[in-house]
Amino acid sequence: MKSVTKAYRPISWPMKGAGGDTGSWRTHRPVINMETCSKCQICWVYCPEAVIDRYEMTIDYRYCKGCGVCALECPTGAISMQKEE
Amino acid sequence: MKAAQVIMETGNQAAALAVKYARVDVVPGYPITPQTSIMEAIAAMVERGELHARFIPVEGEHSAMAAAVAASAAGARVFTATSANGLLYMHEVLHMAAGGRLPVVMVNVNRGIFAPWTLWADHQDSFSQRDTGWMQFHCSSNQEVFNTILQAYRVAEQINIPIMVNYDGFAVSHCLMPLTLPPQEDIDRFLPPYEPEWRLDPAHPSSFSNVTNAPEYAPFRQMLSEDILAAIPLVKQAAREYQEITGMWDGDTIDTYRLEDAEVVAFAINSMAAELRLTIDTLRDQGIKAGLLRPRLVVPFPAEDIIAALPPNAQVMVLDRNYNFGHPGGILAAELKSALFGRRNDITVKNRVMGIGGLDLSHRFMAAEILAMMEDNA
Amino acid sequence: MATSIKNLPDNEQVLSGNGACGGCPATMALRMVGKALGPNAIMLLTPSCSVASMGMTPKLGYNWPCINVCFATAGSSASGITHALEIMQEKGRLKGELPTVFCWVGDGGTYDIGFQALSAAAERNDNMIFFCYNNEAYSNTGVQRSGATPRGSFTTTTPRGKRQPKKNMALLMLEHHIPYVATATVAYPGDLYDKVVKAKSIEGLKYIEILAPCYLGWQFDMPETVQMSRMAVRCGAWLLWEAENGKITFNNPTSAIISGKKAPEPVNDYLFKQGRFKRLLQGPDADERIAEIQGDIDREIAFMRERAKIVI
Repeated sequence: MKSVTKAYRPISWPMKGAGGDTGSWRTHRPVINMETCSKCQICWVYCPEAVIDRYEMTIDYRYCKGCGVCALECPTGAISMQKEE
Repeated sequence: MKAAQVIMETGNQAAALAVKYARVDVVPGYPITPQTSIMEAIAAMVERGELHARFIPVEGEHSAMAAAVAASAAGARVFTATSANGLLYMHEVLHMAAGGRLPVVMVNVNRGIFAPWTLWADHQDSFSQRDTGWMQFHCSSNQEVFNTILQAYRVAEQINIPIMVNYDGFAVSHCLMPLTLPPQEDIDRFLPPYEPEWRLDPAHPSSFSNVTNAPEYAPFRQMLSEDILAAIPLVKQAAREYQEITGMWDGDTIDTYRLEDAEVVAFAINSMAAELRLTIDTLRDQGIKAGLLRPRLVVPFPAEDIIAALPPNAQVMVLDRNYNFGHPGGILAAELKSALFGRRNDITVKNRVMGIGGLDLSHRFMAAEILAMMEDNA
Repeated sequence: MATSIKNLPDNEQVLSGNGACGGCPATMALRMVGKALGPNAIMLLTPSCSVASMGMTPKLGYNWPCINVCFATAGSSASGITHALEIMQEKGRLKGELPTVFCWVGDGGTYDIGFQALSAAAERNDNMIFFCYNNEAYSNTGVQRSGATPRGSFTTTTPRGKRQPKKNMALLMLEHHIPYVATATVAYPGDLYDKVVKAKSIEGLKYIEILAPCYLGWQFDMPETVQMSRMAVRCGAWLLWEAENGKITFNNPTSAIISGKKAPEPVNDYLFKQGRFKRLLQGPDADERIAEIQGDIDREIAFMRERAKIVI
């Protein structure tokens, strides 16, 4: 049978920022030094937030929570954690 | 045009046959007396290829309802059945089915609940799940079990609310009665395939069950409350159209017998209401203007239909097969009084609890009880 | 060799800005799972950190159809979905490749309250992947003891350190005679990815357990999630293995420990890095308690080494 009721379930849809603008949680921001970056993508693979672009090596600071995993795992030390203003 | 077929079958076989006629997709099942023979029959029908469905032999009723709810969310038409403690074990998942607005249809074969163990019928099990957001039908005969399951699918899928179809253990579940099986084409006309407008679909990823803040949560709970009441006209429409197609009628929200001019009205559900017809005849023979009102739909409580059907100044004798703990008497009486309050001040309501744990409810016993209640002015 | 980082696919099923804590190992692991499964999957969750992370109505942080189910029911709920999809396909109502049905459940929902339903689904061998992301406690509710909490660990319900060892859940699942069981952890993303890809290609119930070091529950510094994961493997507190049709093989670097090519690192460094063992390590009987934990690890290594020799 077909339903006769409408909008009866609280549906959620996929979107970025489901937890809000999580970049505001950050106390320190990761900054990539492109001169020492070897583009090995280790930071990208371990980033829990999927905020690192693996090709451009840019970080989406709107959502980066500043956990620092990328900086600690970077084999060339190219990522530094800089205190947010 | 194919003719209907009449066979002799038990209530549980009638339920299993209704599942087949409804072309159900998924049946998770777990045994419990007196429901077990439904699951046995369905497993056999699936095995023999008579029912194109999946039978999932789960490890408990909690999982049976969980699998049913999840299969429904995936877009399947589902069925399961249980009794007594099995129903209680499902409790939190019953809430999920209703909150998820998933049109699961389930049979509960009424049985008294533990402790101590009893195998026999009373209605404490289904009444203890009254507030789960499920609709509840209560049936009095094998034929009504068959008819009601088909009507339940139709209503459940229209309004996205799960429905429990109840009937008494042994008196109905295990007793042979004549059963009319309409042609499958007629049932297909009455109950087209389930077409959910939402399901778990990777082409349209979404979820209905995230953590929800009060400003969103509250309206959905309110909508569930309102939609359960809005199901009443759909129940009537389903009963009417089922009658037009099959010629069979068990009442819609209520069923009555010799009620029009009644001064004394017996008010009861399930198989005891079938037996009460004999009681009514006996009382009529003794010069008492007796009649019967049987709610077929118990959740939502068909208050308007009951108010409209009760003759003026009637004395209503509510025969409850359950306890309303914390109050004298049973839950059906409390429901009735709540419906009548301020609406029908001419009606007197009296109440006795009987038939607990399968105590025999013969028409003579119930006639004597009603006569005693008439004397009782306490 | 495990798939190299550069060969992992681009797709992201875990969307940026979800509600997980910074450095969350569950989210980290789920990203790799998403790369292996792709978008054609249906996700079941039971109450856990990942439900808190997934966003609140009407926002969803995962790019799959998701259903939260009652805590005890991941196994049976997934059975319902997988049978529903299969019968709907048989009846012609679903076209194309069927989605992968997977459960994403914490250690509480796997080892404890969800064990019954999981065990039964495994015994039926229903078609699904059951992931346990194991952070060794009920972390979402503020770190209480679970059946996965290791001996000696402080939680809010074991204020003097847990007295009992954890279960070997993956081995219990193997003894259900299911076609695929694997363990993994976040420090080895290629290994995890490969195991999920393999699981996806196998019919029946696949169980993959992922050690997920949680900085809040384990009490280490937020950036050290991957380091803790790596240390757990190197000291043998977590063993990487997989079993296809009952045959166990060990993965690097666990294979070197099992074969005896490399001694496991002493457990001390691993323990001292975590605040959850601090009370234990500061007590007068610290040496004895550390020896107990080392004993649990040594026993597991010896047991798994011998168990793997049974290939009948």
